[in-house]
Amino acid sequence: MNASALDVFFFGIYPYLASVVFFLGCLIRYDREQYTWKAGSSQIMHDRKFRIASIMFHVGILAIFAGHFAGLVIPYELWTWLGISLPAKQLIAMGVGGFFGIICFIGLTMLVHRRLFNPRVRATTTLMDTLILLVIYAQLILGLLTIFVSTGHMDGEVMHDLMSWSRYLLTFRPVQAVEYIHDVHWIYKAHVNLGVTLFVLFPFSRLVHIWSVPVGYLGRNYQVVRSKISAAK
Amino acid sequence: MKVRAQIGKVLNLDKCIGCHTCSVTCKNVWTSREGMEYAWFNNVETKPGIGFPKEWENQDRWNGGWKRLKNGKIQPRMGGKLRILANIFANPDMPVIDDYYEPFDFDYEYLHNAPHSKHQPVARPRSLIDGRRMEKIEWGPNWEEILGTEFEKRKKDKNFDEVIQKDIYGQFENTFMMYLPRLCEHCLNPTCVAACPSGAIYKREEDGIVLIDQDKCRGWRMCVSACPYKKIYFNWKSGKSEKCTFCYPRIEVGQPTVCSETCVGRIRYLGVLLYDADRIEAAASVENEQDLYEAQLDIFLDPNDPEVIEAAKQEGIPDNWIYAAQQSPVYKMAVDWKVALPLHPEYRTLPMVWYVPPLSPIQSATEAGHVGKNGNMPDLKSLRIPMRYLANMLTAGDEAPVIRALERMIAMRSYKRSQQVEQEEDLAVLEQVGLTAHQVEDMYRYMALANYEDRFVIPTSHRAYAEQAYDVKGNCGFSFGNGCSDGDSDVSLFGGNKPAVRKVIPVTLKE
Repeated sequence: MNASALDVFFFGIYPYLASVVFFLGCLIRYDREQYTWKAGSSQIMHDRKFRIASIMFHVGILAIFAGHFAGLVIPYELWTWLGISLPAKQLIAMGVGGFFGIICFIGLTMLVHRRLFNPRVRATTTLMDTLILLVIYAQLILGLLTIFVSTGHMDGEVMHDLMSWSRYLLTFRPVQAVEYIHDVHWIYKAHVNLGVTLFVLFPFSRLVHIWSVPVGYLGRNYQVVRSKISAAK
Repeated sequence: MKVRAQIGKVLNLDKCIGCHTCSVTCKNVWTSREGMEYAWFNNVETKPGIGFPKEWENQDRWNGGWKRLKNGKIQPRMGGKLRILANIFANPDMPVIDDYYEPFDFDYEYLHNAPHSKHQPVARPRSLIDGRRMEKIEWGPNWEEILGTEFEKRKKDKNFDEVIQKDIYGQFENTFMMYLPRLCEHCLNPTCVAACPSGAIYKREEDGIVLIDQDKCRGWRMCVSACPYKKIYFNWKSGKSEKCTFCYPRIEVGQPTVCSETCVGRIRYLGVLLYDADRIEAAASVENEQDLYEAQLDIFLDPNDPEVIEAAKQEGIPDNWIYAAQQSPVYKMAVDWKVALPLHPEYRTLPMVWYVPPLSPIQSATEAGHVGKNGNMPDLKSLRIPMRYLANMLTAGDEAPVIRALERMIAMRSYKRSQQVEQEEDLAVLEQVGLTAHQVEDMYRYMALANYEDRFVIPTSHRAYAEQAYDVKGNCGFSFGNGCSDGDSDVSLFGGNKPAVRKVIPVTLKE
């Protein structure tokens, strides 16, 4: 079956548009709007249960991110070479992804509840804060739903299709990429599409704090002294 | 020896009348903005009390400051770098808004437009965060003003630790109080700087002012809990931390900070201190907490020592700064006369805002004949404010420096009284406290008369420190928020609510 025009747009063109917005947006914001570049914490407003919710959400989503990176960006020949067959890989993805997905889901549910129903948090929330939280929530639920669909085909073929899609996309061969994805179950398609949309929203939301993971802290001296002259530059 | 200069500060608590002019002028200049309503870069607390934010001195609760490890090194009490990063998703030591207070305003407008009714209209309090009506204001920035709230709550004050029979200070006859104005200490070894994952907080090399780079701050909020004085505030509007700037735009042009300038009691002193930056770590790491005061005194350098002057010149410290250091009232009070003491040196941050302990209750008790005498000196042990309480606050519990400071101030009064009333010089009282007549005359000039020119010896920023005018061409100068850019103050692609108009919810009357 040939890909429809919609498929071509959403899986062959839209990802490229999204990455342009993502990279250019982040670059412009970093260059022009440093003052808005922040994690956007609301911990000071309401602390109860926040700690456990935020930790569960972040640990879960970081693990899921790592999983997606391993699945979609790292070439699958590497896994074959390591002796991990496709069905085994799918099983691992479903198991580990499911486990961290649940952790993330619990944390995120608490965070969404807090953001929508705690009067102080709500009053200090921007529209984008709420939007990005709900989009991530929807994306997480879609992702968890794919696990149920995947139980219907444990041979890893769908996973292989999705991996191929991203591989062809990342190597700038969108026409072939679309061929791999146009007849997978709609729930995968929805998940992929919302995922791409997250990249579009990224530069305009608090998600930019991800770029600023402070790993440099581990290597620096405790004390920072700056000269007025160098600070002005 | 690496000589660096800092504008230090001394507050003479003996003369503080608790008028809050410092706090109010500071607030008007620096924190009357949305997101910072609850923040007081300068606040005045009545002691004993738990203070602002609640129990800020209780580091078992907030984990501020440094701790010394078994191997002799120091690390933030919150934990090492890995632990700080591990807590980045949720800081377990972070105060919430209720630990400060929920900022509020009143519906004043209603007093103007209330319809005719049987009762006088009332301006009701509204939360400045979510606009809801607050049925009861539970806490404020100065809730314990002049011993407000019951003693049961105030006695949680950490400075009562090891004060024997602290419960008797809840009784009317034995009660005591003092004012403690507080601001950022601009420490030599600041924990806030050490805990900032982004490296956004820094100490300025030229004048020692500790600042937060608002562009580099990512709002990880580790500094809020790392600072043991709780003087870093999280701006909930901008999502960034802010702190006392020591009014650096004023200091740079040789003017005192706003809090110092407006102090009606003339209790504040500003002056240059030279110190040895190479010995900071060693001084902050001494084993015994009670040695920290002496260790910090040790790294202050004598500005009249030719060797120090030579070394300072080599570091590029301008001549007018060295000259200012020689005239520094802060150096005189902290080092020469030893009447000023650091606030909570046990936090190991080497604070640079020092305090002269309060004397007045002692003197009045002496005059009334309630206090036993020890030679010419009243016996400080039987005084209204327990020595141990002051020592816990200023010298990590070592009473000797507090007693020395207080005795010197009593001796100064006694000497000046004999000189001016009885027309004779009572040198015996000076000998007892180890001062010369010349020193006491100086102390009198600086501490009793406290002329403007003596209190504030601030060198103007040297030309070598100034920015190149060409580089700042077209800049918007000093500004809040996002500078020239419109990121947070108006509609922008990159978000942020507009600054709110006051959220007033109209009151409906039921007749």
